[in-house]
Amino acid sequence: MLLEIKDLRVKAEDKEILKGLDLTVNAGEVHAVMGPNGSGKSTLARVLAGSPGYEVTGGSITYDGKDLLELDPEVRACEGVFMAFQYPIEIAGINNTYFLRTALNSVRKHRGEPELDAVEFMQLVREKAALLEMDQAMLNRSVNEGFSGGEKKRNEIFQMAVLEPKLAILDETDSGLDIDALKIVANGVNSLRSPERSIIVVTHYQRLLNYIVPDFVHVLSGGRIVRSGGRELALELEEKGYGWIEAEMAGARG
Amino acid sequence: MSTSADTIEQLATREYQYGFETEVEAETFPPGLDEDVIRRLSAKKQEPEWMLEFRLKAYRAWLKMTEPTWHNLKIEPVDFQAISYYSAPKKRPELKSLDEVDPEVLRTFEKLGIPLEEQKLLAGVAVDAVFDSVSVATTFREKLAELGIIFCSMSDAIREHPDLVRRYLGSVVPYTDNFYAALNSAVFSDGSFVYVPKGVRCPMELSTYFRINARNTGQFERTLIVADEGATVSYLEGCTAPMRDENQLHAAVVELVALDGSTIKYSTIQNWYPGDSEGRGGIYNFVTKRGKAMANAKITWTQVETGSAITWKYPSCILQGDNSVGEFYSVAVTNNYQQADTGTKMIHLGKNTRSTIVSKGISAGHGQNTYRGAVTIGRNAQNARNYSQCDSMLIGNRCGAHTFPYLEIKNTSATVEHEASTSKIGEEQIFYCQQRGISTEDAVNMIVSGFCKEVFRELPMEFAVEAQKLLSISLEGSVG
Repeated sequence: MLLEIKDLRVKAEDKEILKGLDLTVNAGEVHAVMGPNGSGKSTLARVLAGSPGYEVTGGSITYDGKDLLELDPEVRACEGVFMAFQYPIEIAGINNTYFLRTALNSVRKHRGEPELDAVEFMQLVREKAALLEMDQAMLNRSVNEGFSGGEKKRNEIFQMAVLEPKLAILDETDSGLDIDALKIVANGVNSLRSPERSIIVVTHYQRLLNYIVPDFVHVLSGGRIVRSGGRELALELEEKGYGWIEAEMAGARG
Repeated sequence: MSTSADTIEQLATREYQYGFETEVEAETFPPGLDEDVIRRLSAKKQEPEWMLEFRLKAYRAWLKMTEPTWHNLKIEPVDFQAISYYSAPKKRPELKSLDEVDPEVLRTFEKLGIPLEEQKLLAGVAVDAVFDSVSVATTFREKLAELGIIFCSMSDAIREHPDLVRRYLGSVVPYTDNFYAALNSAVFSDGSFVYVPKGVRCPMELSTYFRINARNTGQFERTLIVADEGATVSYLEGCTAPMRDENQLHAAVVELVALDGSTIKYSTIQNWYPGDSEGRGGIYNFVTKRGKAMANAKITWTQVETGSAITWKYPSCILQGDNSVGEFYSVAVTNNYQQADTGTKMIHLGKNTRSTIVSKGISAGHGQNTYRGAVTIGRNAQNARNYSQCDSMLIGNRCGAHTFPYLEIKNTSATVEHEASTSKIGEEQIFYCQQRGISTEDAVNMIVSGFCKEVFRELPMEFAVEAQKLLSISLEGSVG
């Protein structure tokens, strides 16, 4: 297996958000993590990526045989963990392509691979940019500066395509996307599906899952995975809403 | 993330890279300043009578002046009688080649990364190296001489080109200008002199490296650059200084004279010793830099200020001639306990004069960074235009950024724009970079260099690379 999360407990600003979460992801699988607002979906994504501001108070995360929580965020990235940000941040004055080349070469260096020179890199960029319908102007602008919401999300998946992670976590990548942008993003992600690459899709709505069809669907509620199933679980959620699961849980507890 | 915190700690506690001292037999005046010291200094330098007179007048003016207090700086009082006003490497024969230079001095240059042997071979850069108070080597002089360009030490210029020096010295910064300029005029030790004749485009970047060396010796450089009608010159100045416990005073004066239709570009990288991480030691840098642009002339100041415990510096332009242009591009970094009060003055006197100010202040640690700028549009400056942009970046919670823009407009046809911003280098920005595999240090460097981009692109290429390196050294350990 690629990722094993056991009894994960996480606090942010003294509030417990994840309260014993378990999740196992094998190589090549696509998992959707769904849940209502405030259930801890984004916390899960960000803790996997090593974001500051969270305190892991219990449990373990094993990634590719390593204790993920011991690794700095940049080492996790170099080891193949990628997170597509919900709100990609702007970096003024730094060319998008330059940023990505620095990132890729840093990952390649970690893997003991030679750095790509400008010509090799541009070849790679052209190929991947076509996938996400990124034009030259977007590549030359400063990182995320002046990008629309949809462009930012496309840029995230473009970065993923270039960095070729083993584990990709998409944090609400569908939020703020119109249907055309959603299709472009989904196409990009689908083309990156492979037996060696696992993807965790964190989303509030099942809409994205019409385009990125998951192998497994999990419902996160109250800081735990409360139900897991196949594709059909997402459809059921859409039909009945999250209230249904929460009511059922309350019933089970009562 | 304890490992990265440790790394940052190690980097932060690393010693100043250029902190070493060269043992050269030096002849140094005992500390103290009076008219007799000035007479001896002038005699030592075999100066003509008019030069001594200039110094004495400046000294007498200085005695009546007091140190400025309008700045936003906390300064320990300086005891001007505790400073030695002359220090020269003792062996100073007439040098025919670099082989005759004191090997110890040459080694110092090599440690600083400016091996003169290599510099000679490097195309395009002539170096007039100031070691303490006296020039020890000048290269490319002959090649420049063919074009009629004079590039030499100020001491040599006073002896060999007295008419030019006499005509222009003090013409832009009079000795009565301010406390530090008066002091400099009285006791300046050496510096560079450049004259580019009419219509000549200087074919190479001219550069000078300054270095404070002997203990307790304040250094008072004096630089004068004259571009005659239609001439073009680009001058680079970069400096490093060895580690010290006591504060050292550095009060330079730079004057630029841009005659009709000429262009002067003056670029500085300032990396004097900034003091240790507790704020002990470090250079006091009180500099007066000013240029005068005549009709259709252009002066560009570009500075990257990373060093010194205290920086007090306002490279300015007097836009005297019609259609003249003044530009100021600045990056100032304050880390640990450094303080900087820097900016520019653009004085529009001629018609259709234009000026641009781009200032980037970066504060980290307990650093305090002040931008102070004045734009003056004179009564006769019809259709003058100014654009000012002042951006501040804060790294951490203990530093400060301050902006004091002054505007004085006496002509209603003027167009003046001012933009200012303050941003904090965000945890989220750094995390974003890390999540893509980029280390914290590299992330900070990247974000900062993006912030400074508009200034860096004004620097000559080789300087831009050095500036970027310096910036990352200066900010090491600022994020934890």
